[in-house]
Amino acid sequence: MTSETPAALAKAAERPRPALSMSTGRAGDRIFAGLSRGSGLVILAIMAAIAVFLVWKAIPALQDDKANFLTSQEWNPDGAPAKFGIAQLVFGTLMTSVLALVMAVPVAVGIALFITYYAPRRLAGVMAYLVDLLAAVPSIVYGLWGLNFLVTKMTGVSGFLNSYFGWIPLFGGSETGGRTILTAAIVLAIMILPIISAITREVFVQVPHAHVEAALALGATRWEMIRMSVLPFGRSGMVSAAMLGLGRALGETIAVAMVLSTTAGIDWHILKDGGNTFAANIANTFAMSGPTGRSALIASGLVLFVITLLVNVGARAVVARRKEFS
Amino acid sequence: MTSLSTKSSSLSSVSAGRKAKDRAAKVFVYAAFALAIIPLVSVLWTVISNGAKRFDGVFLTHSMNGLASKDAGGGAYHAIIGTLEQVGLTALISVPLGVLTAIYLVEYARGGRLGRTISFFVDVMTGIPSIVSGLFVLAFWLLALGMDFSGFAGALSLTILMLPTVVRATEEMLKLVPGDLKEAAYALGVPRWRTIMFVVLPTALPGIVSGVMLAVARVMGETAPLLLTIFITKAINTDPFSGAQGSLPTFIWDQSTDPNANAVDRAWAGALVLILLIMLLNLAARLVAWLRRPSAR
Amino acid sequence: MAKRIEVSGLHAYYGGTHAIEDISMTIEPRSVTAFIGPSGCGKSTFLRTLNRMHEVIPGARVEGKVMLDDEDLYDSSVDPVAVRRVVGMVFQRPNPFPTMSIYDNVAAGLKLNGVRGKRRLDEIVEESLRGANLWNEVKDRLGKPGAGLSGGQQQRLCIARAIAVQPQVLLMDEPCSALDPISTLAIEDLIGKLKSQYTIVIVTHNMQQAARVSDRTAFFNIAGTGKPGKLIEIDDTSKIFTNPEQKGTEDYITGRFG
Repeated sequence: MTSETPAALAKAAERPRPALSMSTGRAGDRIFAGLSRGSGLVILAIMAAIAVFLVWKAIPALQDDKANFLTSQEWNPDGAPAKFGIAQLVFGTLMTSVLALVMAVPVAVGIALFITYYAPRRLAGVMAYLVDLLAAVPSIVYGLWGLNFLVTKMTGVSGFLNSYFGWIPLFGGSETGGRTILTAAIVLAIMILPIISAITREVFVQVPHAHVEAALALGATRWEMIRMSVLPFGRSGMVSAAMLGLGRALGETIAVAMVLSTTAGIDWHILKDGGNTFAANIANTFAMSGPTGRSALIASGLVLFVITLLVNVGARAVVARRKEFS
Repeated sequence: MTSLSTKSSSLSSVSAGRKAKDRAAKVFVYAAFALAIIPLVSVLWTVISNGAKRFDGVFLTHSMNGLASKDAGGGAYHAIIGTLEQVGLTALISVPLGVLTAIYLVEYARGGRLGRTISFFVDVMTGIPSIVSGLFVLAFWLLALGMDFSGFAGALSLTILMLPTVVRATEEMLKLVPGDLKEAAYALGVPRWRTIMFVVLPTALPGIVSGVMLAVARVMGETAPLLLTIFITKAINTDPFSGAQGSLPTFIWDQSTDPNANAVDRAWAGALVLILLIMLLNLAARLVAWLRRPSAR
Repeated sequence: MAKRIEVSGLHAYYGGTHAIEDISMTIEPRSVTAFIGPSGCGKSTFLRTLNRMHEVIPGARVEGKVMLDDEDLYDSSVDPVAVRRVVGMVFQRPNPFPTMSIYDNVAAGLKLNGVRGKRRLDEIVEESLRGANLWNEVKDRLGKPGAGLSGGQQQRLCIARAIAVQPQVLLMDEPCSALDPISTLAIEDLIGKLKSQYTIVIVTHNMQQAARVSDRTAFFNIAGTGKPGKLIEIDDTSKIFTNPEQKGTEDYITGRFG
């Protein structure tokens, strides 16, 4: 070793030494920085284009519309005269999504608590992975499962709910079926479960150990510890998780389009076949639409885009506010 | 101190009410987990058991060309080809764009105004409903530019869905690269772009690859945007740049809307193929992340 | 209401690691017992076995007996939740509940134990805050968040929270290590005052503090890394600091350690 050192040093000395005037890749730096900045700008351009083209291509249909776009429950854009409105789509979309949220949030929070504070440590990772797998199943498969399996089961459930809980307005009505708003909401709830529970879980994991111990040392049971330390810390995280889940549910297309037996008109009875949503309406009627029909669908998609945008930005704002506080 | 009239404290138990609440919470939490697993098992089981009926050589090597949906036989070859091409094109566009954007956000923007704007819109992009991305490509590519339905149009709409995932996954990984590693390179006089290309990116590569695979698995199952952009065909079309093309999700959709048993069986088999592809990608992504996890090196 | 603690043959483990080995000692009521020793010697672990907080850590377990007067804390019929109600604890870093007001922090344990009625709660909260020498500083802002107080005040708030449920024993795990000297002095004063009513056990790194506040001192040590911690000796504080029985103790307190 030692005997080689002088030789190696001598050899190294023969190589050219760097000088300050040497090129240090300035041109490369400029090109690379430009490329990466350009990519970022492309994203901005795409977002701008989405807004511009949706508005532009929606305008012709809106001009032709002989009905009130906001309040009409009809969807007949290719008729003469063209008549269409989004009222029933707004109703169906909100109804399915909100019902889905009401079902999914408590379960998702339960799952997050299970994985962070109840499950055996060694199994927790595997269990979290299983719940995440729910998110890997594509929506078309949920649709297929919903249509061919869940719908048949739900027919009986609807009948049961209607006969015993018919006094609840939503469960009332004279007809029941399987391809209902309730079934669609259940499928949506399953689909948004993993995202809500994953975000909630992430927040629960961050609960400082000191707060958990503070509660336990006071003689709190596990549940009391969760109520004193975990839930207050995780509140804003849960809110934003629920809102992101809502955003997902509002825009979900195929599963809802397959499960619902779409009918026109607003009906509060969620055990009855029927209902429609923005996304399902687009998927179901696109293939048969003429030029005005396509333009009308674009107009409805624009409304959906704006609604989901507001929900998502709201969710991010909640997260951002939380960051400021902690 | 005035004395607190506590019952002579026995260590054996807390009050029955508190215990009951604690137990109820435990039952609820376990039930919640079970409630998530039931649909997972049910979905996988129905897909496997129903899909197995037509999961055969004919299904994997034949298209639906010339067959009516009530006919037996036929397959999803045209759809598999379409899906692979569309997803491949999507990755080809989204990966460089997404990785470069992430590099800009982490290495160049450093909380500047443009960086924050881009970051905000990446978040917004994450929330775009898939059908809206399809509508956009419809409005822009098909209606405004007058192009025809094609696999490439489908890839464009999938790109909008995949881009934000790639940006975020890459960003996470780049942030994990230790700062002293970069400083070590700078100290040697290595220019920034070379540092990023040959020090930062290779370090973050396994994480990025695994993130990209998950993103591909995600868009592979998207149906809604494809309905509006590739349309539906029963024939094999290997050219993604012209004419309607098949895809697995639209194949399932098309077959399942027909209440005929032969068609429904094909839909299930298509779902099985799709799930297998997605699970394979998921597993591969996990494997990459696991093999190259920091402790394994 | 203070009780005597008698520990016999106690071992504690973290998974496969043997953390403390065969500890037996008696802790007298209405006195302050200090645990001293080098880092990693198991004194904090031992403290946490006295209110069954040790087992909160996954994989942790305990063998042996801890008698509180005539009840064994580790008897199978004993609920750890009930133990922690009787044996209060104050931690190294002040940990008031961040989302609760000062008032609610003190009342937290009371509400768990079913104390109801605003007047009754008001009374105990005031009493506990006075007991923790904090009342005069916070009486005008009881509704403000506890996290807004200074570190020393937060720690006294945690002491008020612990004594509000009137425990038999108060365990303190290096309660002053995150505080400045003035706050430390305030806590030490408080400990002197509280010992007339509680059995107090305090873990400290600061030997002057042990000498100042405690009646009895226990010295813990480890033979080397990976070996379990052991109790070397326990005696009156004056004896430990002037004339210890064991050479290891003497080396440690005179700074000839290691």
